[in-house]
Amino acid sequence: MNSGPVNSGPVNSGPVNSDQVTPGPVNLAQVKVASTGVDVSGGSAEAPQERTDKRVPAAPILLSLKGIAKTYGAVSALTGIDLEVPDGQILTILGPSGSGKTTLLKVVAGFEAPDSGDVELAGRVITYATPASRGIGMVFQNYALFPHMRVAENIAFPLQMRRLARSEIRDRVGRTLSLVGLAGYESRYPRQLSGGQQQRVALARAIVFEPRLLLLDEPFGALDRKLREHMQLEVKHLQRRLGITALFVTHDQEEALVLSDRIAVMNGGSIEQIGAPADVYSRPANRFVADFIGQSNIYRGKVAASSPEALTVTLSSGQTFVARGASPRPIGVEVGLVLRPEAPTRLTDQDSRDNVAVGCIADVVYVGDAIKYSIRLDGGGEMVVRWPFYRNEAPLGVGETLRIGWAGDLLHVVDWT
Amino acid sequence: MDNGRLNVVKRAPRRIPVLRSEQGPVLVGLLPILFLGFLFLLPVARLLMLSVEGGTLVHFHKALFGELYLRVFYDTFKIAITVTLLSLFLAYPVAYVLSTASPQWALIGFLFLMLPFWTSILVRTYAWMILLGRNGVLNQILVGLGLVREPVALLYNVPGVLIGMVHVLLPYMVFPIYSAMLRVDRDLLLAAEGLGASSLSVFWRVFLPLTLPGVIAGTALVFILSLGFYITPALLGGGRVIMIAVLIEQQVRQFLEWGFASALSIILLSFALLAFFALNRTAWRRTA
Repeated sequence: MNSGPVNSGPVNSGPVNSDQVTPGPVNLAQVKVASTGVDVSGGSAEAPQERTDKRVPAAPILLSLKGIAKTYGAVSALTGIDLEVPDGQILTILGPSGSGKTTLLKVVAGFEAPDSGDVELAGRVITYATPASRGIGMVFQNYALFPHMRVAENIAFPLQMRRLARSEIRDRVGRTLSLVGLAGYESRYPRQLSGGQQQRVALARAIVFEPRLLLLDEPFGALDRKLREHMQLEVKHLQRRLGITALFVTHDQEEALVLSDRIAVMNGGSIEQIGAPADVYSRPANRFVADFIGQSNIYRGKVAASSPEALTVTLSSGQTFVARGASPRPIGVEVGLVLRPEAPTRLTDQDSRDNVAVGCIADVVYVGDAIKYSIRLDGGGEMVVRWPFYRNEAPLGVGETLRIGWAGDLLHVVDWT
Repeated sequence: MDNGRLNVVKRAPRRIPVLRSEQGPVLVGLLPILFLGFLFLLPVARLLMLSVEGGTLVHFHKALFGELYLRVFYDTFKIAITVTLLSLFLAYPVAYVLSTASPQWALIGFLFLMLPFWTSILVRTYAWMILLGRNGVLNQILVGLGLVREPVALLYNVPGVLIGMVHVLLPYMVFPIYSAMLRVDRDLLLAAEGLGASSLSVFWRVFLPLTLPGVIAGTALVFILSLGFYITPALLGGGRVIMIAVLIEQQVRQFLEWGFASALSIILLSFALLAFFALNRTAWRRTA
C-alpha cells in the first residue's frame, strides 16, 4: 500500500458558506458514495483503486454527467462520459489537446448541447437549459474580459444581469475585488492590467454571483511559470475558503496534480481514469494514463507466473520482473509494467530487492533539485531514474556501472492493449 | 540603423543595389503625393480662389444667408442623415448575418452586396426609375395585388432619392461594420451569456459597444458621401429634390456662376471635413 492519497480528505468539512451548500432534501436523495477512482472506461479497474474509494467521505454530488456523447459530423468528440463531482471539490479534467475536455466543459456550461446523455446540477436536469439560467461561473482560457468595461463594471456585470440593487452590487464588487487582491483597481480597463491581474478579474467576475459551480478552462496557460504556480495555489485556497465546487480543464499534468481533489484523465473523447491525484499517479489504469501523467518507464512483457501475491513478467529482452499487489492474470497475457523514475534505488552488491537490474549510465540530466539518469540495462532496454541531488554528493558520470533495485509493489501492471 | 531587417538585407547577397531604408518610403510616397497635389490640392486651391475672386466674400454671403440656398443645405443634410440612418439599420443585420455565416455563404452574400457596386451608378439609377415610376414594376405589383388603389408616388420625390441613395451606399456601411464584427471575440458573447445575460443584454451591453467603431466608421463614410451625391438625386429627384451637388451643377451649367458654384463647393467640402473630424474624434475617444 502506498501512503495515503494527498487529497482524499474531506475538503468541505462543514459548510463554510451556507449559501453554497445545496438544499438538503433534493440532494440527499441523490447521494451516492462518490465513485472515486473507478475507471469508467471499463476494463482494467483494479482492486487498489476500489479500496481508496471507501476512504472518500460521501459528499453530496453537485454535478453529475450521465452518458454524455457528442459528435461533430463524423468526428466523435465525446463518447459516453459519466462523471460525478461532489460538492466542494475540485475535479480536474486532464487530457491532451483534442481529447474532448473543452467540449465537455462547454456541455456543462451550456454552450453546446450533447447528442445524448444528461447534465444534472444539484439534482436538476439542465442538459438543454440556457447558459444564463444555469448560474455557473466560468473562467475562460483568454479570460474573456469585456474590453470596453472597467474592472468594476466587468465584475458588476453578472450582478446587474441578476438585477441586484445598486448598493448591493457596489458592496459585492468591492468585497470580491479585495478577495482576489485587486482592491483599488476598480476603474482600470482590462488592457491596463497584467496577465495575472486580468486573471484575478476573470476569477472575481466568475465568483461574484456565488455560483454553485465554477468552470475553469486552462486559465493559467498564458501566465509565466512562477505566476502560474502562485495563482494555482491562490485559486485552490479561494475555492476551499468559499466552498465552491470546481471543474477545471487543463492539459498540464503538474497543474492537475497540484490543484485537484480528483483527476479525470481524458483521451479520445472518453475518460480513461478518475481518481485522487496520488492514485492516478501511482496506479495508472492503463498505458495511456501511465504515459500521460508523469514520466514513466513502461516495459512490455508476458505473464510468466501468476499468484495472488505476485505476478512474474518476462520482458521481450529476457529479463524477468516481479510485481506485487496486481490482480492475477492468465499466463502468457501481454502486460505493460510501469515504473516511475523515482521508484528504483541504487543498491550495493549485498542489497537485495524483488527486482534488481545492472546497467551503465548513458545520459545525465540536471533538473534543479534532482538528476535524471538514463541507464542502459545489461539485460536490454533503458530505464530513466530520477534521484534527488544533494550538493555534497558527486553525481554519477556517463559510463559508470551501477546496480539498482525496486520493490515489487512499486511496479505497476497495466493491460498492454 | 542597425535593426534586424537591415541585417537580413545585408546578409543576402544581391547584385541589384538595395535602396537605403530611409529612401524607400520617400520614393514610394512621392508618386501619390504628386498625384494628389496636381489632381486634388491644386484644383481645390483654384476653387478657393474662384470663390473669393475680386477679393469679396459676396458668394459666401449669398450661399449662407440666401433663404433659397439655406433651404438646399437643410434638405441636403436632412437627406444625408436619413440615408445614413436607413443604411445603418439595414446594414447592421446584414453585416451580422455575413459575419456569422459560413465562408461559402458569406461569399455569396458579398457577391449580392457587391454586384450593384460593380454596376455603373447611371445604369442602376435608370433601373430604379423603371422600378419606381408611376407605371413602374413596383406600382403595378402594388395595384395588381390591390394593396393600393392609386399608384404611389415613388419617383421624382424624396422617397425615390432615399431608396436610390441607400441602395448605392449600403456596402460602404456594411463593410466597416462587418470587419468590426469579425474582430469581436466570440468568447466574450459566451462569457456574457454564462454570466446570466439574456440575448438582448448580450447585444446591448457587449456586442453593440464592441462593434461601435465600425458603426462610426460606416456612418462617417456614408454621411460624407451622401452630402455630395449628385447623379442619384438629380435623376430620381427629377429636379424637385435639390441637393448641394445638384445646385452646384446648375450654377455652373445653367447660370455660368463659377464664383458662386466655387463658394458652394468650398462650403460642402468644409462640412464634409467637419463631419469627418467629429466622427473620427468620437471613434478615437472610444478606443483611447
